[in-house]
Amino acid sequence: MTKSSEKTPAPVLSVRGLSVSFRGARGVWSEVVRGLDLEIGAGETVALVGESGSGKSVTSMAITRLLDPETSRLGGSILLDGQDILALSEEDMVSRIRGQKVAMIFQEPMTSLHPIYTIGDQITEALTVHSPMSKAQARKQAIELMQRVRIPNAEARISDFPHAFSGGMRQRVMIAMALASRPKLLIADEPTTALDVTVQGEILDLLKDLQEEFGMAMLFITHDMGVVAEVADRTVVMLRGDMVESGTTAQIFDAPVQPYTKGLLASVPKLGTMRGEPVPLRFPVVNMANGSVTPGTKLDRTPDTAAPLLKIRDLVTRFDMRGGLLQRRVAQVHAVEDVSFDIYPGETLSLVGESGCGKSTTGKSLIQLSGGRSSGSVDLSGTELFDTSGEKLRRLRRRIQMIPQDPLASLSPRMTISEALTEPFLEHRMGSRAEALQKAERLMRQVGLQPDMLARFPHEFSGGQRQRLCVARALMLDPEIIIADESVSALDVSVKAQVVNLLMDIQQNLGIAFLFISHDIAVVERISHRIAVMYLGEIVEIGPRSAIMERPAHPYTRRLIEAVAVPDPSRRHSRRSQEPQELKTPLHPMSYVPPKRRYIEIAPGHLVRDDVTTAA
Amino acid sequence: MLTIFLSRLLRMVIVMLGISVITFLIFFATPGSDPAARIAGRNAAPETIAAVRHDFGLDRPLYVQYGLMMDRLFITRDLTSFANRGQKIVPTIMSAAPATLSLVAGAAILWMALGATTGIIAAAFRNRLPDKILMGASMMAVAMPVFWVGEMINLVTQSRLHDTWAFSWVPPLGYVPLTSDPAGWFFALVFPWICLALMYIGLYGRMLRTGIIETYQEDYIRTARSKGLSARRVLLKHATRTAIIPIVIMFGMDFGVLVGGAAVLTEVVFGINGVGRLTYQALKALDLPMIMATVLYASFFVVVANAIVDVLCVMIDPRMRQK
Repeated sequence: MTKSSEKTPAPVLSVRGLSVSFRGARGVWSEVVRGLDLEIGAGETVALVGESGSGKSVTSMAITRLLDPETSRLGGSILLDGQDILALSEEDMVSRIRGQKVAMIFQEPMTSLHPIYTIGDQITEALTVHSPMSKAQARKQAIELMQRVRIPNAEARISDFPHAFSGGMRQRVMIAMALASRPKLLIADEPTTALDVTVQGEILDLLKDLQEEFGMAMLFITHDMGVVAEVADRTVVMLRGDMVESGTTAQIFDAPVQPYTKGLLASVPKLGTMRGEPVPLRFPVVNMANGSVTPGTKLDRTPDTAAPLLKIRDLVTRFDMRGGLLQRRVAQVHAVEDVSFDIYPGETLSLVGESGCGKSTTGKSLIQLSGGRSSGSVDLSGTELFDTSGEKLRRLRRRIQMIPQDPLASLSPRMTISEALTEPFLEHRMGSRAEALQKAERLMRQVGLQPDMLARFPHEFSGGQRQRLCVARALMLDPEIIIADESVSALDVSVKAQVVNLLMDIQQNLGIAFLFISHDIAVVERISHRIAVMYLGEIVEIGPRSAIMERPAHPYTRRLIEAVAVPDPSRRHSRRSQEPQELKTPLHPMSYVPPKRRYIEIAPGHLVRDDVTTAA
Repeated sequence: MLTIFLSRLLRMVIVMLGISVITFLIFFATPGSDPAARIAGRNAAPETIAAVRHDFGLDRPLYVQYGLMMDRLFITRDLTSFANRGQKIVPTIMSAAPATLSLVAGAAILWMALGATTGIIAAAFRNRLPDKILMGASMMAVAMPVFWVGEMINLVTQSRLHDTWAFSWVPPLGYVPLTSDPAGWFFALVFPWICLALMYIGLYGRMLRTGIIETYQEDYIRTARSKGLSARRVLLKHATRTAIIPIVIMFGMDFGVLVGGAAVLTEVVFGINGVGRLTYQALKALDLPMIMATVLYASFFVVVANAIVDVLCVMIDPRMRQK
């Protein structure tokens, strides 16, 4: 274990031998954090890194004593600003520690704010609860705080409710609340994980600025090595409750000692590693036990570009907003607007863009599952999908399958895996029950699982295994195209690489085409033959992967690629020069006529939206 | 605001129209419901029945009869009973309504206050002794039938212990109009209120407790606690306000239904001549005009109560406000 070489004369937070145990079923106590040592000085940032289940969030809850005392036990010592946290009563924690010495921000800005109080109420509450002041004074300070975290138009927005804010703005509100009483320590628990890349960059810059200004200590909890490199002075790596390695961030990145740290760093998808590669490349295979890396292999099968498998023309999907006396349509969300593209057999086309850009709706609209009103043309090798309905459409859906983002939510908890896999096969009358089982067993092997796991239930699998099950379920119907909607976004880095490699194996063996929908550009760079960039429901740029990644022509594409956090500690003190932007919405009144777009072909197959002559 | 009000009004008219048509059709499909035979009396000659049928317009097409009945109910307001000759329907209901309203409104205040208190206290002490006692008691309150509780109360307060200091103030059964004697009104209704509210206190308390405990799983409760708010403030300001919404919605339903006549058991046990009792008698006598009037009266209150609840919900939860 490497000791920090930096001097920390009077640490704000000093954790020694922290252990956390939870009471599980039948009163059995299990230790989820063991022997954690941590020290953070004023103005310093320490990152706590690890994959899900490593105990990093539990540690933050232990420091603020937010765990239920009836089902959890804390051991070791936690000194915060010289005070022994574990010796304080709950009343002392409330009146002297939480919200004063230590403040927190969380992963989910969407659910971390109370939905039925205005953000002004929530910020002033954080102000007044610890230092009594008049209403007018509290309001004035709240507006100042909002301006500090760069919420545009703070004075007008103070009486808005959280639902009127985008994710990034809500996270700013959370930060404003945390800063209300100038805490000595700020704990940020995955503060940017749920945000879009461009917004993530803005929030990280903001946190860096505020830390300089307030001189507070920061405990930054994340699984994203790119974020770690960008914010942390020192890094602590955790694995299943144990502290694996700790040291300065530069040390951890340049000369990791422990195999797990090496493995973790090697599995981080890095943007730009595909430069000059003509075809998609599998992720390097990382052995997490010894940290050794086997380089990824090429995808040998090339797409069949003779005739497109799926031809989409002028796809439009709109959602109605109703109101008034007779609940008439008063406005429309133009979720997908005039989208056209082709997918060839054996090809992967990626749709990238920020949340709300219509990429998922595009995927769902193809098989008429979006719930909105769609028009245009979707041609699956000669059959127009938008002309079919009912039973015929149901049979056509066999040929287009989906792999969802959240595998646990999409597997029925009351069905065994064998039932879940054979059901679609039997439903489409593709063969007998025995044949279905045979196929399920074969596919289980193909996705890297054991056939005897078929008798289990979904909750008995890990996240990565469940996603493999969803892949197997999609393959049961011999689809020609698979829509993978953020299918690997929720997985840990090491597992993510494995599942992406699995998808590429399947494409190589079976020649299936993929519509790969993702916001994770580093993954998209690996898997795609072609990439389409979406913004506010429209494609702004589409073309071969190398063209989009290496020669992006549309300003939005450039902005998107630049915003990705790069796992390189030397960039730590740099700032992006991007202005914070409130997300635009494609909500328009009924009378709105979307402008007719023109695309310019700047290279063979590389189309860019012409914004000069068709500016909206 | 005006559009919301108008759309509410429109919806109410549609609901009441639908209910009245259904009531009308069901009545004529019910065996032995022929009003002419009832009006003509027992053992009437077929000629008499035919004459009555003609006099009352009962031989005309159903839609004409329906139209006439609506006209006499809403426009001329002189609809008379089929069962009790000469009894005017509208004034009868108007005189019964205050009793029912007094009974239900008082009980509603009681059960909302006590139900909310029960739920909040139980949630605050979850899985500890106060919670277990309150939940046990509320389970009993839900399980005990209203008529039995009412009779037990009457047995104690009207007869067994009536002459002791504790219950000597209890007036005899029946309703005292508020306008003639406010104190008498209050004393006469104390026990009916308790009796009617008991079950709802238990029901609402249990629901609110579950709601608050579920709300504690939300991320924003963690935020509130990390801000350094006291446990009491987190419970009352942050958890309860969200958890109370389903209770308010249920309250609207229950209140409307009870004012519309569902408090009949309490009314009968305590000798209160309310709308519930009126409906019950009309149904027993298959008295179409009275049934029609009471059913429409009930549906009116259900719709109105729901409209009020919608306004309340928007006040509690601004997300429900339409943009």
